[in-house]
Amino acid sequence: MSRLLQRLFGRLPIGWLQLTHKRGRFAAALAGVAFANVLVFVQLGLMNSMAAATLKPYGFFQADIMISAGDANALAEGGNVARQWMLQALADPEVAEGLSLFVGTVPWDRGETDIALTTFGIDPGRPGFIAPGLTEDLHLLSVQDAAILDRLARGLPPDEAAAIRPQTPLRFEAQDRTLTALATFAGGGGFGGDGFMLVSDQTFLSLFPSRSSAAPDHILLRLRPGADVPAAIARLRGLVSDQSLRIRSYGDAAAEDLRYQQTQRPTGVIFGFGVLIGVLVGLVIVYQVLSADVADHMREYATFKAMGYGPRFFLGIVLEEALVLGLLGFLPGLAIGTAILTLMGKVTTLPLTMTPGMAVTVFLGTVGFSALSGIIATRRLAAADPADLF
Amino acid sequence: MTQDPIVDIRGLNHWFGSGDARKQALFDVEMTLPRGSFTVLMGPSGSGKTTVLTLVGCLRGVQDGSVRLMGQELRGADAETLTGLRQRLGFIFQAHNLHESLTAIQNVVMGVQVRPGVPDALARQAAARALGLVGLADRLDYLPANLSGGQKQRVAVARALVGNPALVLADEPTAALDKDSAADVVDLLKRLGAERGTTTLLVTHDNRILDRADRILTLEDGRIVSVEDRT
Ligand SMILES: Nc1ncnc2c1ncn2[C@@H]1O[C@H](COP(=O)(O)OP(=O)(O)OP(=O)(O)O)[C@@H](O)[C@H]1O
Ligand SMILES: [Mg+2]
Repeated sequence: MSRLLQRLFGRLPIGWLQLTHKRGRFAAALAGVAFANVLVFVQLGLMNSMAAATLKPYGFFQADIMISAGDANALAEGGNVARQWMLQALADPEVAEGLSLFVGTVPWDRGETDIALTTFGIDPGRPGFIAPGLTEDLHLLSVQDAAILDRLARGLPPDEAAAIRPQTPLRFEAQDRTLTALATFAGGGGFGGDGFMLVSDQTFLSLFPSRSSAAPDHILLRLRPGADVPAAIARLRGLVSDQSLRIRSYGDAAAEDLRYQQTQRPTGVIFGFGVLIGVLVGLVIVYQVLSADVADHMREYATFKAMGYGPRFFLGIVLEEALVLGLLGFLPGLAIGTAILTLMGKVTTLPLTMTPGMAVTVFLGTVGFSALSGIIATRRLAAADPADLF
Repeated sequence: MTQDPIVDIRGLNHWFGSGDARKQALFDVEMTLPRGSFTVLMGPSGSGKTTVLTLVGCLRGVQDGSVRLMGQELRGADAETLTGLRQRLGFIFQAHNLHESLTAIQNVVMGVQVRPGVPDALARQAAARALGLVGLADRLDYLPANLSGGQKQRVAVARALVGNPALVLADEPTAALDKDSAADVVDLLKRLGAERGTTTLLVTHDNRILDRADRILTLEDGRIVSVEDRT
């Protein structure tokens, strides 16, 4: 390390020597930086997993345009849309096909635990709207009360889920009806529900007797191949007289939902604040260590100033220290952060993982913010007046 | 050029403070230090010795009069010029002011590295030689905490001399030392200075040092009151 820094700075690695001279303080500083890193990693992990969980159900379907009620910020939130708009949209020559999408939460009483399944009701005769991996089993839903179940649902034992086949279905009671799971797909628990379920629109309406086939939660549209999506959206906005409706591309709908989760929902805001607090904690710790270190070495710095060392030399020392703290604090932070995320992921069955993107972001942030606090700390150096030494 | 004095001070006045608290510390000080001379500056406490040293050492701005250092006028000189000049000086302070985290040789290397472009190996070699000259060849890798007071001050001497400065400024370098160490340090300064043609300006109260001086200047209340030439 010492050699490396000597190469890098072309001088004695004074910052390194200074930091390592006081081992106790050095260890405490590294622990502080590592702690701040862990804080940021955990919050980023939660943010990422929330994003993944939010976007997950959008992956079950494929469409070009989605029409929702004005207050439908998320798939399972807000009012419904009159089916008549789908029929109107189909009048547009570029619109090829439309689908009514029903969304509701079905509680499944499993004795010890209750599982809340986010349930989608769709017309099984329209496989074009379903993600490729799911289409083969879609015909199974034509039977009344048939379901395709999320094998990764929280509270559903994996071996039980793995045994589900059309020949060996799983029957269970929900909403006063007996549902028959004939196949499974990979969903996963999120922040809003424990898992997912696909049923036909008919089955959905019998599970939710108060709902009407004339008012689905969302309308999905597929355009003819090669059609211009923004142009079609613009035409549909002119066609639909209800101005409160949200008409946007399917991708934009997912992005809007994500933005809503991150900036409007308490959980998202809390995770964002968590990241901010982690960054502030790190900034304060590094600043404290560096400015205390500068204060402790005023005499030495004044001596160096008297010897003819200029401002860049001193900035170099403090940046060197910031680099060392950022680098050596990051590594344990990464290790502990990964371990905690893995553990939390196991306990909560949320998709919590350390991604290379997170590691790189946090690393650059750590070094950058350490350097920033270093630059702030050097302001104290102006007080090192060599004339006071004699 | 060789006959030019290293330091030439003319009509130097200096004040501290401002307003009612403004107080004159130096009055019309004149002084010339020829190349290679060993000059001792004496005087009672508060007479202005340190003030003269900090002005010559480019650590304070010259307010009135003229200080020429190696031919360069210091009055009105910009910060960069002063920093550049300081790189050609050697400072020895009352306290050794060694860096506690650096070993003896690393402290001395700092005296070489102030000038850019000196390769590491060369800097270490020069530092080791300088420490050898002050009798610390076997203490190169000691931290200051593990050296005696006299040894630390000798490291400081090596640090001041390693860059072959044109002028060494020393302010009571022996004040914190016992008698033997004090004589050691001054003898070193005198001998190494003579070998290298370094000019030395040394402030002291210590009478034991006087017989080693070429010239003795005495300050009293900010005025030079006597100049004694011994050569
Ligand atoms: N930074 C300062 N601010 C105000 N007054 C100062 C300052 N430095 C020195 N003085 C005053 O200037 C005068 C000369 O001080 P100086 O330190 O040069 O004396 P000195 O001869 O070095 O004394 P000593 O032998 O005690 O070190 C003194 O009256 C001192 O109080
Ligand atoms: Mg003094």
